[in-house]
Amino acid sequence: MEPKPKLLTILDIITVVLLLIATLMVFFYAPLEAVMGQVQRVFYFHVAAGWVGMLGFLVAAISGVIYLVKGNRKWDIVELAGVEIGMTFAFINVVSGSIWARPIWNTWWTWDPRLTTATIMLLIYAAYLMLRAGIDDPDRRARFGAVYAIIGFLSVPLTFFSARLFRTIHPVVIGSNQPGSEGAFDMSALMLQTFLFSLLTFTFIFIDLLWHRIRLGKLADEVDQLKLKVYE
Amino acid sequence: MMLEMVLAAPAETTQYMIAGYTVIFGVMLIYVISLNVRYRNLKRDYDVLKQMEEESE
Repeated sequence: MEPKPKLLTILDIITVVLLLIATLMVFFYAPLEAVMGQVQRVFYFHVAAGWVGMLGFLVAAISGVIYLVKGNRKWDIVELAGVEIGMTFAFINVVSGSIWARPIWNTWWTWDPRLTTATIMLLIYAAYLMLRAGIDDPDRRARFGAVYAIIGFLSVPLTFFSARLFRTIHPVVIGSNQPGSEGAFDMSALMLQTFLFSLLTFTFIFIDLLWHRIRLGKLADEVDQLKLKVYE
Repeated sequence: MMLEMVLAAPAETTQYMIAGYTVIFGVMLIYVISLNVRYRNLKRDYDVLKQMEEESE
């Protein structure tokens, strides 16, 4: 069992400091949006959580490919870590979006293309965890998981581009202005700075959590091997 | 004049913002705690198994 690396402790501290600064920026630096009011502040962490969700699924898909090529168990651990963190943040993204939607769209939920694809993406990865839980043999579980993570990743670009490809009321904030979308807004310079800083912060959160989750996975592997050794 | 002021004011949505950030920080906190608890439990199992392995040798 490896002791906690010093670099991880430093990363923990940096991440907490960044999160604190990002939170202060969201509430005290970014200006109040003229139409939506305070709820627009959810935007900064809502999008950043979505970014981390997709990043997690990307890491899982890449790890799946590497596992299938090399067959090394450590890539299965990275893959599972990516999916677990991705799901946590995709869930945050969907729920915080629903809360934002209530005063702006006057409904908690609507089967809009973006919301629908995001929900399908979440369900696909929930099924990934169920699939893994149903397979006892570690090698078979890793192989099936890798294939599933690669195929399941198709849902990620579909979710990302859904607001651009289909008619939707979900605003495309980055790269396009949709005046017809309920909740669309022009970002001022201070808003953009806060948004980019939030993305940076959540990227640090992702790296930090991924490292912790990989350590957890490695320890679980060691415990399993020890169990086999002791009980044989 | 009064109507213009009302129309120009942003919507009162503070409660939704609070709810949104409660979910965001709440879920992140629960995940961090879950990582911590799972690591501690595994560490305890590891120590017990290591001890059993040493005793059997």
